[in-house]
Amino acid sequence: MAEITIIEAVNLAMARALENSPDVVIFGEDVGVNGGVFRATDGLQQRYGADRVLDTPLAETLIAGMAIGMASQGLRPVAEIQFMGFIYPTIEQMICHATRLRNRSRGRITCPMVLRAPYGGGIHAPEHHSESTEAIFAHMPGLRVVIPSSPLRAYGLLLAAIQDPDPVVFLEPKRIYRMMKQEVPDDGEALPLDVCFQLRDGTDVTLVTWGAMTHETLQAAEQLANEGISAEVIDVATIKPLDMETILNSVANTGRCVIVHEAARTCGVGAEIAAQLAEHGLLSLFAPVQRVTGYDTIMPMFKLENDYMPSTERIITAVKKTLEEA
Amino acid sequence: MTNEEKKCVAQFEIHYTQLLNQQGELVGPLPEFAASAEALIALYRTMVQTRTFDTKAIALQRTGNMGTYSSSLGQEAVSVGIGSAMRFEDVLLPTYREYGAQFQRGVAMSEILRYWGGDERGMAYQGQPHDMPITVPIATHIPQCAGIAYAMKLRKEPRVAVGVLGDGATSKGDFYEGINVAGAWHLPMVVVVTNNQWAISVPRDVQTHAQTLAQKAIAAGIPGEQVDGNDVFAMRHVMSNAIEKARSGGGPTLIEAITYRMHDHTTADDASRYREQAVVDEHKLLDPIERLRKYLNAHHGWDEAQENALHETCAAEVEAAVNSYLATPPAPPETMFDHLYETLPDALQPQRDEVEQLGKQKHGGDDNG
Repeated sequence: MAEITIIEAVNLAMARALENSPDVVIFGEDVGVNGGVFRATDGLQQRYGADRVLDTPLAETLIAGMAIGMASQGLRPVAEIQFMGFIYPTIEQMICHATRLRNRSRGRITCPMVLRAPYGGGIHAPEHHSESTEAIFAHMPGLRVVIPSSPLRAYGLLLAAIQDPDPVVFLEPKRIYRMMKQEVPDDGEALPLDVCFQLRDGTDVTLVTWGAMTHETLQAAEQLANEGISAEVIDVATIKPLDMETILNSVANTGRCVIVHEAARTCGVGAEIAAQLAEHGLLSLFAPVQRVTGYDTIMPMFKLENDYMPSTERIITAVKKTLEEA
Repeated sequence: MTNEEKKCVAQFEIHYTQLLNQQGELVGPLPEFAASAEALIALYRTMVQTRTFDTKAIALQRTGNMGTYSSSLGQEAVSVGIGSAMRFEDVLLPTYREYGAQFQRGVAMSEILRYWGGDERGMAYQGQPHDMPITVPIATHIPQCAGIAYAMKLRKEPRVAVGVLGDGATSKGDFYEGINVAGAWHLPMVVVVTNNQWAISVPRDVQTHAQTLAQKAIAAGIPGEQVDGNDVFAMRHVMSNAIEKARSGGGPTLIEAITYRMHDHTTADDASRYREQAVVDEHKLLDPIERLRKYLNAHHGWDEAQENALHETCAAEVEAAVNSYLATPPAPPETMFDHLYETLPDALQPQRDEVEQLGKQKHGGDDNG
């Protein structure tokens, strides 16, 4: 079996979904003939037709609103927003409608849609192409926010998102779109949503992260291992709703926790994890929780983006700080 | 270079339809449906019922028995014209003055009261599975209307999506994005702009310098037309034509229905702050119900006894709806979690348990199941 990248796994999952259900419809800007600016939908229009893989007018509010309308009729729309920096016009549709439709109609009308977008920095992109603003969506009741970090999880979680009976925002870490390859069997098997994935076992500290930052976090864990420090690494994957049980169980064993995310610190998802650790896991902790995150600044343009994003070194420093205590 | 010297590359016209003038006289060809006294009386009945409901709903709010309510007074012909032109299996995306259409389509009066009474169960629409609940954020449902229409088109269903919005809503990008894709994708949808001249306190002329709102269709490449929204003959006729055209693959239409908001924006508004009562009074002469009553009287012998009997029936129906609404206890508090997701995520179970526990303490257990 050939090994594939994350972007190829995203494509494979959508092809599988189109193949398995006539209700699946894929649309967005440049997703048709062009196959998406990152090639996520490459070849899909040719294979599944222009009535199921469509180029939309250049209007993000419309894309989200149409997804809601299609989902209300029982289709399984998978809408692409070209970059997360252009996702903000969808927020009214998501918070006022997608997340509320089931609740407003007392279950009469539902909204099984997926809104996909590449997100995050590190690819030397122009302004507005590098932000990580997942916390905006994580704050919305009624929504799921899912972020894969490997080809296997991209395939399995995207299929799960498409099959899910409720709206899902699926954010793809574009910096690692082509960073690694894995064998991904095209078996149509979805991975579970709402649960974390433990990427590495350890005993001294728990590293909690998601998306592209899993790369630096795993690197940090590897380097720490060389120094005799054993780090457990958890990929949160579904950041809303949050599987705190896995994180709390890990911290109960390690007694230390470092949360790593690319997004700005204040009110980031790390703040929620830290708060819940304080509520439910404080007595397991030997040291204060550390957060290694983007800063509370505007995401700088690419000359400085590596100074903004958490590095392996910053993660290692934070881990050592937790080890200095007690 | 003067305009005369430039080549004209496109020309557009906006047409207006009125069939029944304000005296209730026929001023155009009689539409086919209007030949039947029965059909006209059915329209009249729903208009009277809608107004009876409206008057009662305002009274419920004024007496502290309901929350804020938005009146449809004076706009009954618009919504009844829309509702009567649709098939049950079509989809209506209403805003908050389309009660006449909603009642025709199977939404219960008690459900509308529950909605304004602060209860989500008022959007369950037990008699109407297809329609979207009332949309409050302005124009956000027009992109959704396009998505619904696309689903119908993809599945080759002979159905139509009908989105209704106000004059102020045409200033929003959502409206344009929706009608634009409707044109680009040739969607089976009809968008109705209920031009009641007011967006809360902002009059139509301040909203846009466009001569008509119907002409906004031109930019989207779809037909747009005006209709006298206080003339239910014209309203129903123009709607039927647009809907059946869309149903048979003829594409979308934008309809601007000219009417007037006779009441405050909502019961929380005081229109005397921004408009003269004398102007409102002038519009009473254009009343849609009075107009149809005059026609029925002149052409179908509609008499005072029938009129009184109809009002009594409508009052009794509204009273029954009010009693049902007032007799409905609030849902148990923990049900706020029950339609959030298909299955409540584990992460939320402790919050639901807390609300259930607090609710039992507050309400003494099972008195409101």
